[in-house]
Amino acid sequence: MIRYFSSNFSHLILLIGIFIMIIPVWLIFASSTHTALIINTQGLQFFLGDKFLENYTKVLLYEGGFFKEITALKMFLNSFLMATGVAFLSVISSLMTAYVLVYFRVKYATLLFWIIFITILVPLELRIFPTYSVMSTLNLVNSYWGLIIPISASAIATLFFRQFYKTIPDELLESAKLDGANTWRFFIDFLVPLSKTMIVAMFIFMFVFGYNQYLWPILVTSSEQYWTVVMGLKMMSGSIVNKFAFVIMSMIPPVLIIIVLQKYFIKGIFQDK
Amino acid sequence: MSFLELNKVTKIYPNGTKAVHETSMNVENGEFMVFVGPSGCGKSTLLRMIAGLEDITEGYINLDGILINKVDPSERDVAMVFQNYALYPHMNVYNNLAYGLKNRGISKEDIEKKVNEAAKLLQISEYLQRKPSMLSGGQRQRVAMGRAIVRNPKIFLFDEPLSNLDAKLRIQMRLEIKKLQQKVGVTSIFVTHDQVEAMTLADRLAVINNGLIEQLGTPIEIYNNPKSMFVAGFIGSPQMNFLEGELKNKTLTSEGFEINNVTSDFNGPVILGIRPEHMSQTDKGLINLSVDLVEQLGSDNLIYGEIKNKKDFCFRCPGSQIIKKGSKLSLNINDNNYYVFDKSNGNRVN
Ligand SMILES: Nc1ncnc2c1ncn2[C@@H]1O[C@H](COP(=O)(O)OP(=O)(O)OP(=O)(O)O)[C@@H](O)[C@H]1O
Ligand SMILES: [Mg+2]
Repeated sequence: MIRYFSSNFSHLILLIGIFIMIIPVWLIFASSTHTALIINTQGLQFFLGDKFLENYTKVLLYEGGFFKEITALKMFLNSFLMATGVAFLSVISSLMTAYVLVYFRVKYATLLFWIIFITILVPLELRIFPTYSVMSTLNLVNSYWGLIIPISASAIATLFFRQFYKTIPDELLESAKLDGANTWRFFIDFLVPLSKTMIVAMFIFMFVFGYNQYLWPILVTSSEQYWTVVMGLKMMSGSIVNKFAFVIMSMIPPVLIIIVLQKYFIKGIFQDK
Repeated sequence: MSFLELNKVTKIYPNGTKAVHETSMNVENGEFMVFVGPSGCGKSTLLRMIAGLEDITEGYINLDGILINKVDPSERDVAMVFQNYALYPHMNVYNNLAYGLKNRGISKEDIEKKVNEAAKLLQISEYLQRKPSMLSGGQRQRVAMGRAIVRNPKIFLFDEPLSNLDAKLRIQMRLEIKKLQQKVGVTSIFVTHDQVEAMTLADRLAVINNGLIEQLGTPIEIYNNPKSMFVAGFIGSPQMNFLEGELKNKTLTSEGFEINNVTSDFNGPVILGIRPEHMSQTDKGLINLSVDLVEQLGSDNLIYGEIKNKKDFCFRCPGSQIIKKGSKLSLNINDNNYYVFDKSNGNRVN
């Protein structure tokens, strides 16, 4: 590390950036291993304390909420279900939408695509009441489907897949056709494997997007059973160190998924093979 | 009934481009047919209509006794080799070859047998586990061929498959394709704009110009007996020399010389065509050439020079003859090997 400091100015800049981003997280983590008393009297701590196990187990099994119906563990499960559901559904739907837009003889396919794309300008928060009323008509309020479906159509992912498909040479489709591949087989045997890395990248994007949802879950669930981690951050009562511990834990799933899939993620975004 | 019949086939693209005009032709079973013509003349379009990759605007195509106008490409049982090979980048060579067979519901053992046979024939057995990106251009070319052969289709279609290879490899693959086709005996149509490729590969040749077949015949027929100025200029290398002239009462006057007893009743302005290899040096010959440039190819010399108003007139002589720049040559046409074309429409008149 010393060598980088002295030899490489750009690395220095990057390291400074990393520190700026890491330090607050570290402060919270370090503080979460102390007792509430220390935090309240001496402020945030820079060094680790000895209450790690105690604080964290307490949080995991803590029964939060007004009715004490939910534990942090259950919130993690809810968040996980929601994020995975959103990621799966939006990847599948945008893969297929892009397929239709690029490969089918759709009239005004470009116009249609831009109409889809414009929905980026209309985030869920803007259309939240109509969406709610649709969900309630469908009887999906207070259910996992209600949490997942309204945010599972992604114009961005559609854009990525569409642009990628457009770079695939026509001859590939043509020789697949001559080899007897029908519409469905071309999708499964060619487009899906060819866009594998991009699928992973979009999966991560959408997972994190689903995981971070706050307003919509609040609206569509009234039962504490469906609380997600991000909701819990706000709603949870308890001492300051427990809240800190919960904050730290809430970061683990998205970080984990990025670390595990990082290789594909980078490839997918920059599309090198 | 022929194996493949095209009956007044026309293609008009949605944007109004008329790429193929009422083309009719027959291809016999086992025949190697070559389409040759300049860029944009509609060769690929014709081929793609046979493959089913383009709709047929008008006319009919019969393959093996079946009208295939409305048959889906996947059901036509044709195989095509593309210019850029279009290998499946995410599958290894084995699966590239096997994919078409899998779609036909052939059993695993049979697929393995067929793929191995084809791989052996094309000498790609060692590469079966590699991805296409790990192969050289020539190897990719073989895989593309293998993918066509392994299915044992009714007809092979080749769309300029050699144009991405370097000159040496191209000649080698040309030979291999010809041998392979003779061995497998599958009816083939090969598209190229390289006339040497066309001449060497074809059983029969279709010279296409502006969406029309100008002439159809064996390579040697077309070389010896071109029906039009276009065909005459396109087939043969170096190109035929064209001189302006006037034909009157069987006497042709051109660039400072006369030819008598022309076998034609045509009167009027004509173009005289002489192939560079159809002349030889004599004393007091018909044509006087002042040499500007000599290209020595080893076996042959190509002599370029001027006769009266015509520049870059080409004459071909054996490489043993030493000819210097600036010298004057006197040439005769061998055995009346010249061609006379109507200047107004390019049709042959002698
Ligand atoms: N999809 C298309 N839409 C409109 N016009 C087209 C289309 N494809 C080809 N053309 C036109 O049709 C004509 C014939 O094209 P084609 O591709 O058959 O030529 P080609 O003989 O194969 O030429 P090359 O030797 O350059 O491949 C050209 O004028 C071309 O511009
Ligand atoms: Mg072409």
